[in-house]
Amino acid sequence: MLKISKLTVTVDGKTILNGLDLEVGPGEVHAIMGPNGSGKSTLANVIAGREGYQVTGGSVSFLGQDLLSLAPEKRAREGVFLAFQYPVEIPGVANVYLLKEAVNATRQHRGEEKLDAMDFLKLVREKLKLLQMKEEFLYRSVNEGFSGGEKKRNEIFQMAMLEPRLAVLDETDSGLDIDALKIVADGVNAQRSADRSVILVTHYQRLLDYIVPDRVHVLAGGRIVRSGDKHLALELEAQGYGWVESDPSTVSAA
Amino acid sequence: MNPAVTDLGELVGREYKEGFVTDIEADTLPPGLNEDVIRFLSAKKDEPDFVLEWRLDAFRRWQNMKQPNWAQVRHAPIDFQAISYYSAPKSDADRPKSLDEIDPKLLETYDKLGIPLEEQKALAGIAVDAVFDSVSVATTFKDKLAKIGVIFCPLSEALANHPDLVRQYLGSVVPAADNFYAALNSAVFTEGSFVYIPKGVRCPMELSTYFRINALNTGQFERTLIIADEGSYVSYLEGCTAPMRDENQLHAAVVELVALKDAQIKYSTVQNWYPGDEEGRGGIYNFVTKRGVCRGDNAKISWTQVETGSAITWKYPSVLLEGDSSVGEFYSVALTNHCQQADTGTKMVHIGRNTSSTIISKGISAGRGQNAYRGLVKVLKGAETARNYSQCDSLLMGDRCGAHTFPYLEVKNPTATIEHEATTSKIGEDQLFYCRQRGLSEEDAVSLIVNGFCKEVFRELPMEFAVEAQKLLSISLEGAVG
Ligand SMILES: Nc1ncnc2c1ncn2[C@@H]1O[C@H](COP(=O)(O)OP(=O)(O)OP(=O)(O)O)[C@@H](O)[C@H]1O
Ligand SMILES: [Mg+2]
Repeated sequence: MLKISKLTVTVDGKTILNGLDLEVGPGEVHAIMGPNGSGKSTLANVIAGREGYQVTGGSVSFLGQDLLSLAPEKRAREGVFLAFQYPVEIPGVANVYLLKEAVNATRQHRGEEKLDAMDFLKLVREKLKLLQMKEEFLYRSVNEGFSGGEKKRNEIFQMAMLEPRLAVLDETDSGLDIDALKIVADGVNAQRSADRSVILVTHYQRLLDYIVPDRVHVLAGGRIVRSGDKHLALELEAQGYGWVESDPSTVSAA
Repeated sequence: MNPAVTDLGELVGREYKEGFVTDIEADTLPPGLNEDVIRFLSAKKDEPDFVLEWRLDAFRRWQNMKQPNWAQVRHAPIDFQAISYYSAPKSDADRPKSLDEIDPKLLETYDKLGIPLEEQKALAGIAVDAVFDSVSVATTFKDKLAKIGVIFCPLSEALANHPDLVRQYLGSVVPAADNFYAALNSAVFTEGSFVYIPKGVRCPMELSTYFRINALNTGQFERTLIIADEGSYVSYLEGCTAPMRDENQLHAAVVELVALKDAQIKYSTVQNWYPGDEEGRGGIYNFVTKRGVCRGDNAKISWTQVETGSAITWKYPSVLLEGDSSVGEFYSVALTNHCQQADTGTKMVHIGRNTSSTIISKGISAGRGQNAYRGLVKVLKGAETARNYSQCDSLLMGDRCGAHTFPYLEVKNPTATIEHEATTSKIGEDQLFYCRQRGLSEEDAVSLIVNGFCKEVFRELPMEFAVEAQKLLSISLEGAVG
C-alpha cells in the first residue's frame, strides 16, 4: 500500500526526517509514537502533500505510484486521507457542503456519477450515526466553534464519508474524553478492512487498547528507531522514550 | 449569464464573459456637453417643462463643482466633453410599442446575458426593465402589475403618464446638486426605471432592471426612482454589464428610494460592469449615488450589493432614517482583482427615535486590487435610543492587493448604542490545504472559502437569482435543518 524509503525532509533548512523507512501493507494498522517535535506530523504532512516541506531525499510510493509527484488533491482523490492534528476552521462554509464537494470530487476522479441530494443525505446520516454525531453538525460552519473533541470526531466522520485507502490519523485521540475516545475508536475499527490501511500517530497506549495495531514504530532523530508489535507500546508506556533512544541495539541500520 | 452570480470564487480569475459588442445601428449624439445637449435630451423624451428646468439648474450648478478627490481611488481626470450623452438603438427611433417591434439583435443580446425579455419565456416571478445605452427597450409584466396598481416603467414613460407623482419625489432624496456626479446625472439622465407600489400592496414579483452599455464613448446616466407607499413591500434587483473596450466608460447613476410608513424596500444590485483588462486598460468608471429615505414610522430599506465589476467603483448606498423605529440595512460584497479599485460603503443617518441600522461589508482583494470601505453612522440629537451594528471584514488574496477601512461616527445623542467590528484576514494556506486534502482543486477551495466569507451577504440576495443548481442545493440543504 505505502512504501517510504530513505525519506529526508527539511523545513527552513532544518532536517526533520533523516532517512526514514516505513512500509505499510494493505489492511494493516500501524502506530507511530515518538517524543514531541520528533517529526510525526511532518511525516503525516509530507504524505498528504502539504507545502513548506522540502523532500531532499528518498521516495514515497502509494499503490505503486510516486506519491510525491502528485498535487495534494490528487493524492486525496487517490485515497490518501489525513485526519489533522489541528483541524482548520472555515467560517461560513457548512460542514455538509465541504463534504459533498469532497465526496463528489473523489467520485468524479473514479469515473463515478455525482451523488444526488437524496443518496448523499442517506450516506451522511448513516455515517453520522456511526460517529454518534448530531445532524446539526452538518449545517454548522466547518469546525467553527467546535470543541476540541468535536473537531477530532468530525475528522473521523469525514474519513468515514470519503472511504480512503490510506488514513493517517494525527493524534486524533488527543482532546477526546473517555466516551468520545471509545466512539471514535469504534468508528475507526468499523472502517478497518483488507484494502484500507491506517497510520495512527499517538502519544498514548490508551488509544491502542481500542484500536489494536499490527505494528508499532518509534520515531526519533528523524527516523524509525524501533519497531515491534502492540507490546512495544506497553513497554514505552512503562519506560518512556529515554529507553529507546539510549538503547544502541534499537538503532536501525543506516 | 444570470445577473446574480453568487459564486465569487469563479469570478475572481475568469475572463469577462459579457464583453461582446452588439452590432446595432444607433442614434448617437456627438460627444460634448452644453445646454443645447440637455435641451436635446429633454426634447427627445418629450419631457414636461419642469424637468428641463430642473436639468438646466443642475447643469449650471454642476459647472461650478469639482470632481471629488477624497476617495481612495486614482484615475486621470475625466474629460466630460469627450463623452456622448445619448445613444439609442436606431430601431427604437419611434419607440417599440411591444416586444415584437424590438430589434431581434437586441433580444438576442439579452438572451446572451441570460435575461429573456419575451414574457412567455421570462424568469418566473421576475419583471424586467431592460436599459440599453440610453433607452429602456422593454419592460415585461407591465400589464399584470398594473392590475394591482403597481407602476413599473421607464422613467421617461412615468414622466409622460404620471408627471405629478414623479414631480413630487424626483430629487427629493438625492437633490440635483447633491454631489458632482449626482448633479451631472440630474442634468443629463437619459433613462432608468420608475416604480410605485400603492398603499398596502405587497409586490408579487421581483422587479428587475438590467443595464447594458453598448455604444462606444457613451456614458450611461440612468436614474431610478422607487416609491413604496404606506404598508407596501417591494424587492428590486439591478444587474449590469458592458462590452470590453480599451477606453474607460462612465456610468453615473442616481437611485432614489422612498419608503413611507410601514413600507419596506429591498434593493439588490449585482454589478458586473466590465472591469478592464489585467493591466488596468479600459473598464467602467462606476460613480453612483444611491440613497433611500424611510419617511414614515417603521419603514425599512435594505441595500444588498455584490460589486464584482468596474475599473473603479465609487458608491455609498445610504439610508436616511426619518421615521421612528425605521430600519436601514446595508449588505455588501465588493471584489477587486487585477487593477480594479473600489471605494464603497454606506451612510446611515439616524433622525427618528428608536431607529436602527445594520452594516455588513465584505471586501475581497486579489491581484493588485484596492478595496476601501468608507462608512458613516450619524446619530442626530433627536434620535433617541438609536442602534447601529457595523461589521467590516476584508479578505486578501496574495500580497500585492490592499484593503482599507474608514469608519466614521458622528453621535449627537448619548442614548445611542453603536457597535463596530472589523477584521482583515488572508486567505489561509491552512484552509486551502485542508480543502485540497479533502479532494477539492485549489480553485474550488478558493471559491468555497470566499463564498463562506460572503455568506452573510449572499443570503440576502433574492433566491431566484442564485445561479448554479449546485449552489441552490447547498442553500436548500443548509436550510433543511434549523
Ligand atoms: N513550518 C515549520 N517551520 C519551522 N519548523 C517546523 C515547521 N514544521 C515543523 N517544524 C519543526 O519540525 C519539528 C517536527 O515537528 P512535528 O510537528 O513534525 O513534530 P511532532 O512529532 O508531530 O510533535 P508533536 O508530538 O508535538 O505533535 C519540530 O521541531 C518543529 O518545530
Ligand atoms: Mg504532531
